Amino acid sequence: MYRIDDLIPFLVNELFDFRCSLCSFLCAFVQGNALKAMSTTTNVSRFEQVTMAPADPILGVSEAFKRDESEKKLNLGVGAYRTEDLQPMVLEVVKKAERKMLESGENKEYLPIEGLAAFNKATAELLLGADNAAIKENRVATIQGLSGTGSLRLGAAFIQRYFPGTTVYISNPTWGNHMNIFNDAGVPWKHYRYFDPKTVGLDFEGMMADIENAPDGSIMLLHGCAHNPTGVDPTPEQWEKIADLIEKKNHMAFFDVAYQGFASGSLDQDASSVRRFVERGMEVLVAQSYSKNLGLYAERIGAINAVVSSADAAARVRSQLKRIARPMYSNPPCHGARIVANVVGDAKMFDEWRAEMQEMAGRIKTVRQRLFDELSSKDKSGKDWSFVLKQIGMFSFTGLNKAQSDNMTNKWHIYMTKDGRISLAGLNLAKCEYLADAIIDSYYNVQ
Amino acid sequence: MAGTFMSAQVRRIATLAAHFRVPSVAATGERRLQAFATMANTSVFENVQQAPEDPILGVTVAYNKDPSPSKLNLGVGAYRTEEGKPLVLDVVKRAEQQLVAEKSRNKEYQAITGNQQFNKLSARLILGPDSPAIAKNCVATVQALSGTGALRIGAEFLAAHYAKPQIFLPMPTWGNHNKIFPLGGVSQKPYRYYDPKTRGLDYEGMLEDLKAAPDGAVILLHACAHNPTGVDPTEEQWEGIRKVIRSKNQLPFFDCAYQGFASGSLDKDAYAVRSFVADGGECLISQSFAKNMGLYGERVGALNIVCRSAPVASRVDSQLKLVIRPMYSSPPVHGAAIAAAILEDGNLFKNWTVELKGMADRIISMRHQLYDALQERGTPGDWDHVLKQIGMFTFTGLNKSQVEFMTREYHIYMTSDGRISMAGLSSRTVPHLADAMHAAVVGAKSKV
Repeated sequence: MYRIDDLIPFLVNELFDFRCSLCSFLCAFVQGNALKAMSTTTNVSRFEQVTMAPADPILGVSEAFKRDESEKKLNLGVGAYRTEDLQPMVLEVVKKAERKMLESGENKEYLPIEGLAAFNKATAELLLGADNAAIKENRVATIQGLSGTGSLRLGAAFIQRYFPGTTVYISNPTWGNHMNIFNDAGVPWKHYRYFDPKTVGLDFEGMMADIENAPDGSIMLLHGCAHNPTGVDPTPEQWEKIADLIEKKNHMAFFDVAYQGFASGSLDQDASSVRRFVERGMEVLVAQSYSKNLGLYAERIGAINAVVSSADAAARVRSQLKRIARPMYSNPPCHGARIVANVVGDAKMFDEWRAEMQEMAGRIKTVRQRLFDELSSKDKSGKDWSFVLKQIGMFSFTGLNKAQSDNMTNKWHIYMTKDGRISLAGLNLAKCEYLADAIIDSYYNVQ
Repeated sequence: MAGTFMSAQVRRIATLAAHFRVPSVAATGERRLQAFATMANTSVFENVQQAPEDPILGVTVAYNKDPSPSKLNLGVGAYRTEEGKPLVLDVVKRAEQQLVAEKSRNKEYQAITGNQQFNKLSARLILGPDSPAIAKNCVATVQALSGTGALRIGAEFLAAHYAKPQIFLPMPTWGNHNKIFPLGGVSQKPYRYYDPKTRGLDYEGMLEDLKAAPDGAVILLHACAHNPTGVDPTEEQWEGIRKVIRSKNQLPFFDCAYQGFASGSLDKDAYAVRSFVADGGECLISQSFAKNMGLYGERVGALNIVCRSAPVASRVDSQLKLVIRPMYSSPPVHGAAIAAAILEDGNLFKNWTVELKGMADRIISMRHQLYDALQERGTPGDWDHVLKQIGMFTFTGLNKSQVEFMTREYHIYMTSDGRISMAGLSSRTVPHLADAMHAAVVGAKSKV
């Protein structure tokens, strides 16, 4: 049987060009043979050649963790907050909002394609500030999206349609799913340098050089705060220079804001990078998620915002974003949006939320400190572990390589992603010593 | 594209290869120059046009803007009570109260394929509790964002893994089908379905078009209560359709959005799907709980892919995850949890079937009332189809200008193809609708 795999180098570039008659002939030949085979052997599945896909590198970690029967096991894979007792947490203010919603007997009618109006208003104001000029001037197009992923996907699909051929530049490293999102949306991407393993910090010169060398009018994907997976954020001064350069090159910034309020504990501080760009009058795209900061992970609530230079453009952009959402899922789910709208819309609940968020961010800082203390006291080599303290947000980029990360799992039953990222949200004080032992063992005894 | 033999890896390479195609330099160049004028006075979004409202959901938008007290929304298929109010089913309220009160529940990410219990029960609902396909683990089921989401995932999966990613859609079909498949990477062609002369099924035309379609083509079938026409094949006709499809080794893709709503019986409405699955062949089935459980805004649905063997189903399941992850990572928890609770609990399930039948019966009664009202007014034409058509909608046969007339003069909101949602009618509003239809038809006749 003729196999396409044998022809990859030749066919790959041609497969999408239906005007290529040779390709069409070959395709027809292959399909003809394949289908002839299928119709004679009717017990063969037409999906026989579908291969087993590998587990998702991040979500697959939790699945593997569940299967592990060791008492010592620790899940530092996915970025989901755990209490000091390592239990998942539903925020009190979320429980309150749900009870309120149940009592008021809301219906379950379709939301408009763009989502819940009260949520869209609240989310744009949270991001930019309630008195933001762009909002007042109706220059912000906001569409409710399926958390961060769904919002990024809407933005990516929009880019594919309206900026065809434009390359999106993504930090190296970045959240693994970014590449999948842009691939499936048909948007080309390249990396810009970001993480410097030598300093375990930001490779600022490399980043600036790569932004400079990108063709004018490219799109830069930036993590608004608490960079995932490294936890390394630019300083305010560096953000200023990044904004200068992006403006000079007429690039467009596309912010991924998944941790507003979670990084520093302050919603406003964590939004400062985005606000800085918007204040300068730059047009930006911003994807938001309420998975972490409101603990609404499974409700899939977020938004895609386009801050543009005129109300007219905002209206048009909004209409086109709707056109992308309709054939994807028609309209977004109502439950999570209502929770957010209720929490943000009620001053008392909003304050309660802020307090709970500070508590979560605070616990992570405490755990960072303990981990650092344990590592420093146990590691006699004098290695500088202070990056654990300097990194921001839920994650720490340990610097462990794949083999070392595997050792963490295989020997110590500690589950993490293979890029060396650990989620501190899944760590408690009691386990810091064990984790420190594991990291030191993996770092020094495994190559 | 020849996807059958394409591994996931090659698919990704191929996707990237698409990026190497250089778009026309002139067009890009010009757009770039335009786009990147000084930030101060131009937007990079300058060339973004205002999109028109969605033809179906936009009807509600227009309706909301209308200040008239006699306005009537017969656009989107959303059930209304006799009082004209949206309805949250009693079983849904009970299930939701249970969920919110349960201390052990949390909001952790679901698996990429969603609530596994919901998936099992959903497959069982459409395929039947004794389904051999389920017993043999041949069904890959993923939780999806209602029917739309399930169709889109199915489309993207076929685009990546199926040799003949071309789908045949009935004429007419739900408007959104025409957008979902191309955007998902599957080109589309029509097959004859509705016969405006008989206001029934063009059975011969349909079979001819299916026979003329290529071997291995994907065929979209409305499982029951065809939208927008309300015209369903009889059991004999389904048998004829099945034989042709299987003889051509075509792949059925069922859109099942009205199970329980068509006849009032969940099992009866699953007849077509089950008869196809019974012959051992493969198919895709998209399910929606928007209407039959009234869970519209919660976005509850599932995509089932019935495969020939368990190993294939397992591999298909793994590949579906690769489609979902870059789209929204994992589906929303709330609605599926409600649906699972209802499907699982004998008491809730029983009460659900009663409420479902109540909704279906009210719609049938609206059909009778509208038919009688038209007869009373002596409205010209044969209105039997109002009684015969199945499901939530009536395909009135009114044309675009008649519809515009009804909106303008009578504030009746409906889609321009003449489709009305019976679920939006009540005894109180039927006379107003009948008046409008009468005027539209008589008015048209007088325009020679």
